[in-house]
Amino acid sequence: MSGQMEARQSAMLASMSDVPERWLTTSARDKHGTLGAPVTRMDGALKVGGRARFAAEVPLDGLTYAAVAFSTIAKGRIAALDTTAAESAPGVVLVMDYRNAPRLKLPPVMFSAPKAGAQSSLPVMQDEQIHWNGQPVAVVLAETQEQADHAVSLLRISYEAAPAVISFGAAQQNARTPEKILREPTSVAIGDAEAALAGAAFKIDLNYRTPRHNHNAIELHAATAVWQGDRLTLHDASQMVNMTSWTIAEMFGLKEAQVHVHSPYVGGGFGGKCLWTHQILTAAAARLAGRPVRLTLSREGVFRAVGGRTTTEQRVALGAKADGTLAALIHTGVAAMTTHNNCPEQFTFPARHLYAADTIKVTQQVADMNMIANTFMRGPGESVGTFALECALDELAEALQLDPIELRRRLEPEKDPTSGKAFSARHLVEAYQRGAARFGWEKRSAKPGARREGEWLLGMGVATATYPYYRQPGGAARIRLTADGRAFVQMASHEMGMGTATVQAQHAAARLGLPLDHVVFEYGDTDLPPGTLAGGSSQTASISVAIIAATQALTEELLRLAGNESPLAGLSADEVETSDGGLRAIAEPDRFESYASILGRAKRDDISAMAEAPPPSEVQTYSMHSYGVQFCEVKVNEVTGEVRVSRFLGSFDCGRILNAKTATSQFKGGIIMGLGLALMEDALFDERSGRIMNPSLAEYHVPVHMDVPEIEVMWTGIPDPKAPLGAHGIGEIGITGVGAAVANAVYNATGRRIRELPITLDKLL
Amino acid sequence: MTPFTYARAQDAQTAIQLAGAAPAARYLGGGTNLVDLMRETIETPDALVDVTGLSQAIEARDDGSILIGAAVKNTALAAHRAVRQHFPLLSRAILAGASGQIRNMATVGGNILQRTRCLYFYDDAARCNKRSPGAGCDAREGFNRMNAILGASDACSATHPSDMCVALAALDATLHLAGAEGTRRIKLVELHRLPDDQPDIETILRPHELITAVELPALPFAARSTYRKVRDRASYAFALVSAAAALDVAADGTIRDVRLALGGVAPKPWRAFKAEAMLRGAPATAAAFRTAAEAELAEAVGLSGNSFKIELAKRVITATLTELAGGVA
Amino acid sequence: MRFIVNGQHVEAVFDLRTSLLDLLRDHLGLSGSKKGCNQGACGACTVLVDGERINACLALAVQYQDRAINTVEGLSEPGALHPLQSAFLEHDGFQCGYCTPGQLCSAIAMAAELSRGVPSAVTVDLAAETIALSHDELRERMSGNLCRCGAYNGIVEAITETFSPQKSAQEAA
Ligand SMILES: Cc1cc2nc3c(=O)[nH]c(=O)nc-3n(C[C@H](O)[C@H](O)[C@H](O)COP(=O)(O)OP(=O)(O)OC[C@H]3O[C@@H](n4cnc5c(N)ncnc54)[C@H](O)[C@@H]3O)c2cc1C
Ligand code: FES
Ligand code: FES
Repeated sequence: MSGQMEARQSAMLASMSDVPERWLTTSARDKHGTLGAPVTRMDGALKVGGRARFAAEVPLDGLTYAAVAFSTIAKGRIAALDTTAAESAPGVVLVMDYRNAPRLKLPPVMFSAPKAGAQSSLPVMQDEQIHWNGQPVAVVLAETQEQADHAVSLLRISYEAAPAVISFGAAQQNARTPEKILREPTSVAIGDAEAALAGAAFKIDLNYRTPRHNHNAIELHAATAVWQGDRLTLHDASQMVNMTSWTIAEMFGLKEAQVHVHSPYVGGGFGGKCLWTHQILTAAAARLAGRPVRLTLSREGVFRAVGGRTTTEQRVALGAKADGTLAALIHTGVAAMTTHNNCPEQFTFPARHLYAADTIKVTQQVADMNMIANTFMRGPGESVGTFALECALDELAEALQLDPIELRRRLEPEKDPTSGKAFSARHLVEAYQRGAARFGWEKRSAKPGARREGEWLLGMGVATATYPYYRQPGGAARIRLTADGRAFVQMASHEMGMGTATVQAQHAAARLGLPLDHVVFEYGDTDLPPGTLAGGSSQTASISVAIIAATQALTEELLRLAGNESPLAGLSADEVETSDGGLRAIAEPDRFESYASILGRAKRDDISAMAEAPPPSEVQTYSMHSYGVQFCEVKVNEVTGEVRVSRFLGSFDCGRILNAKTATSQFKGGIIMGLGLALMEDALFDERSGRIMNPSLAEYHVPVHMDVPEIEVMWTGIPDPKAPLGAHGIGEIGITGVGAAVANAVYNATGRRIRELPITLDKLL
Repeated sequence: MTPFTYARAQDAQTAIQLAGAAPAARYLGGGTNLVDLMRETIETPDALVDVTGLSQAIEARDDGSILIGAAVKNTALAAHRAVRQHFPLLSRAILAGASGQIRNMATVGGNILQRTRCLYFYDDAARCNKRSPGAGCDAREGFNRMNAILGASDACSATHPSDMCVALAALDATLHLAGAEGTRRIKLVELHRLPDDQPDIETILRPHELITAVELPALPFAARSTYRKVRDRASYAFALVSAAAALDVAADGTIRDVRLALGGVAPKPWRAFKAEAMLRGAPATAAAFRTAAEAELAEAVGLSGNSFKIELAKRVITATLTELAGGVA
Repeated sequence: MRFIVNGQHVEAVFDLRTSLLDLLRDHLGLSGSKKGCNQGACGACTVLVDGERINACLALAVQYQDRAINTVEGLSEPGALHPLQSAFLEHDGFQCGYCTPGQLCSAIAMAAELSRGVPSAVTVDLAAETIALSHDELRERMSGNLCRCGAYNGIVEAITETFSPQKSAQEAA
């Protein structure tokens, strides 16, 4: 869509909407500035130069290095912990365990308070109790990493084991139904779905299983802690600096302002770089030693001390009438969880919003296990939920002898099927049509096994991608304008590779009517105005709204400062707009004054204004989601069962795209992680010990270059009139639907339905 | 890592002397396996004797044999013209292993003596008879997808993970060894022991015996040879099953000679002697290959998670030989 | 012990257990080379030794005395990027940027290996004197460098543009 068309369309859409018009427009003249353009990352030169300093790379005098010992039982207590040999090893500064660790309050677990960020409510090294296999039991500090690592191997630890729940099957005997799934009801029932299923002309009723995953960001989790009196500075790799600061302050009995968290660069997050024990232990050890401490988890440590995506068992049952419409839609299941965290893996969410059905039943349970707290990982819930739902739809389409795309067209709802709310924007059918044309879907043979190249069988599969629109409450932005016409836009948000810093600089430049190179977006530091967590693909909306509010506040400040001598004298903020590096009267475009002129007359070097984001009321009114379609072509080797993805296309509908370059990367990155989910990823949890047995990048496979074809992405680009900038966050949607698209393609190639991830070759022999 | 001393040897004699002086000395090649295991404290040498200064020569002789210094880097061996021309299966096997970076570091000697990747061997919280003799084996009832179907014992089912060695086994390579008691030569296929009830003893090497060279006897028909590796991702993963094969088919379509070895299936590079014997003189047909594969795998035993390898190995053998015979599998 | 790092002679005193990667990062302040696994399994630590790529995490520093070691910091001066670095920016060959130094060093040595005629697992004709930088050759040869952000397509495009001028000229035409 051309910029002009887009601008006209969003103005029109905004006029019909009940959200502020300024959400959809930026500066008047330069409607969107560089928004949408493929602008190169602003932090790019630093990163390709190897000059961006990550959390484990901050140079400090007097630094000590930490190494961690992890428990080897899943439940019980430490019977004996002999630190003598470790303490007398060369270079060792101290050994910290539950006996000498600073006394800490219990960690406020996520969702228990607005800024609670701990991933588990268990005490951190405060007693001898063991709750999972891999729990940190001691920290050794030494002058060098080599000395610390060696000293850990000298610790003599014995345990008294207690019976543990470490079998998912056994845990399911005591599965419970949580009160809520995140902020949503656990169960939704519309009509009697089981009865409707029983009476349906066509029905399928299937079970799907998905394994544990680990985020495995390439940057190892690391923290560097320095105390100055009662003030802590924590250099962290974080996707939630403010929540980390608040939570650590609570645990140490400090004020939030006393805990300064700094995290300018994060080497990949995907949900994994939240607050785990290692940051708390780093701070505690630094306090105990009276010296700065750096703790870098080993890759094994990442598997032991940082949770990943949990395992699920899901049932999808679909009852259809002869015309393909659904008489019944059922999606239920259970995910492994713990009693000390809050992450039920919302795999039933897609089924609540995607398809029209006469009756609907969704509900999900959790089965408590003795394991590291599971957590959110890219597309939590939706990634594995769409695997089950979209595979089942493919099976139903086959039973109905309908093309899978045609089936989905027939199931397109007019309003949200469970909440009854109107969709803020939904162009899924269009995404299907455009994607199908581009991918050459018509070349797919409905009959499996029809295409072959030598040993390789070819198949095509399709699946819907979906992820909710979220905007986090809270957060504020400050804009500082300098006399030379530059803007510094500040908010303690996060850049982990999503392109946030670049996109928000583009946004602020457009909004302020400034050239892009005059705008700097500052983030990743709790000294800045508070941000919201980088999760749930929510940052784009959360930051955008705060910047919009701050621009409004800044405009008011500027008008006040401009005074009576300004051509703008007497105008209110609503009567002016930003444009060409200054303010302009909307009704009389000749009345203009530049920021530099306003500041100059007032003899000011700079001016700043800060404003909080209003609460996310748009999601109360509308059903707001991103959509997409994943098209996949696979080759399956008939001799060996090896699966290779030969072509992939993602066709998305996620509102306006703010930066074509970084958005493309986000979509592709999600898709590639989805290929890992589909074909290889599996954190092997030994149900005899409760221990993950492949804590290594050599044995936990993620896709390598050779696994990844050239991926194509496209988007509708139609702005969501209810979302700030008309845009949705797009970090997660890319991974959703991929598992099913691959599985459906594998079926189309081979005639084999694989309902348990990952689709490894042994399942196809 | 436990502390150690370090010394660099320029020749075999010095290396052996240096190693002899420390009770738990280890030779250090590229370190890509040893350093990893030292970090895991599975290996705790008190002295490292760096043998990367030993011969890095590859000598292609007129009689068609090749002598390879033990310190030759994996990349150099795979890229060598004579190897590519006369022993393509060896080039291909090496190139199918690890990554470009690791192959640049890894030495021929180190590759041969790399240790298993069994998940329970790597985890010091698990029971492992190889690490702690008599402790028991957690792999038997655990995750054993990567483990052996041939030659394993109740005590141990760990596989030897090398790709290169599979080709060396097929080629009947000879190892040149040097130790305190002098030099000797053994066949590569005799180097690695089957575990029986002593999986901690992995080779027949004497204490501090050094591999100084690998010799490939001439095998003209190996010019028609290949290596096929099946793994869980498209690159940079250890073999589930692999096969190195060379085939010599007479004009009448009967098999004059054949070499076949398997990887990923056994505690050692597995030379398929049985299949080879059956195939010599047999017709070069897919059916004959399949029959030989069945025979080779007749004694294979699957564990909870790796039974699929039995059928997979048969298919890989059949397809690889069929391809060499000029047909399509 | 002496090393030649990015063309400079440096002396360092360190524990024998120190890896080349930790020597660079913790002792010499060159944190451009990254640590993603310390297991030889991700390639983030890739550096060049005498022009060849290795995983510095599995290399004991003591073994590399007197060798010429080049890291990402040596590829360019700030403000004057190596063409491959510029191509990474242009093609968005990274997201978080953590695997990037390893990808860059690896690609530079990979191109040199290719021009020397070193084959790969996907080289069809082992006897060939020259091997072209095909899509498969490139991906196979770069498979020792993981990117969890999934910037693979951009990386491949950047490398192709930088090291296969004919191809990019054709595409431009
Ligand atoms: C992530 C990863 C993936 C890998 N993938 C594969 C794969 O797919 N296929 C594959 O085949 N391999 C793979 N490898 C293993 C790799 O091939 C080996 O680590 C390498 O070949 C070992 O060689 P080295 O010189 O580094 O040995 P080192 O680590 O230096 O030594 C290994 C052992 O050999 C001994 N040794 C070394 N030289 C001699 C000698 N001359 N005489 C006597 N003893 C000696 C050492 O004492 C030590 O016990 C992988 C490794 C890693 C880390
Ligand atoms: S850090 Fe060296 S390979 Fe991962
Ligand atoms: S850019 Fe993040 S891992 Fe590659």
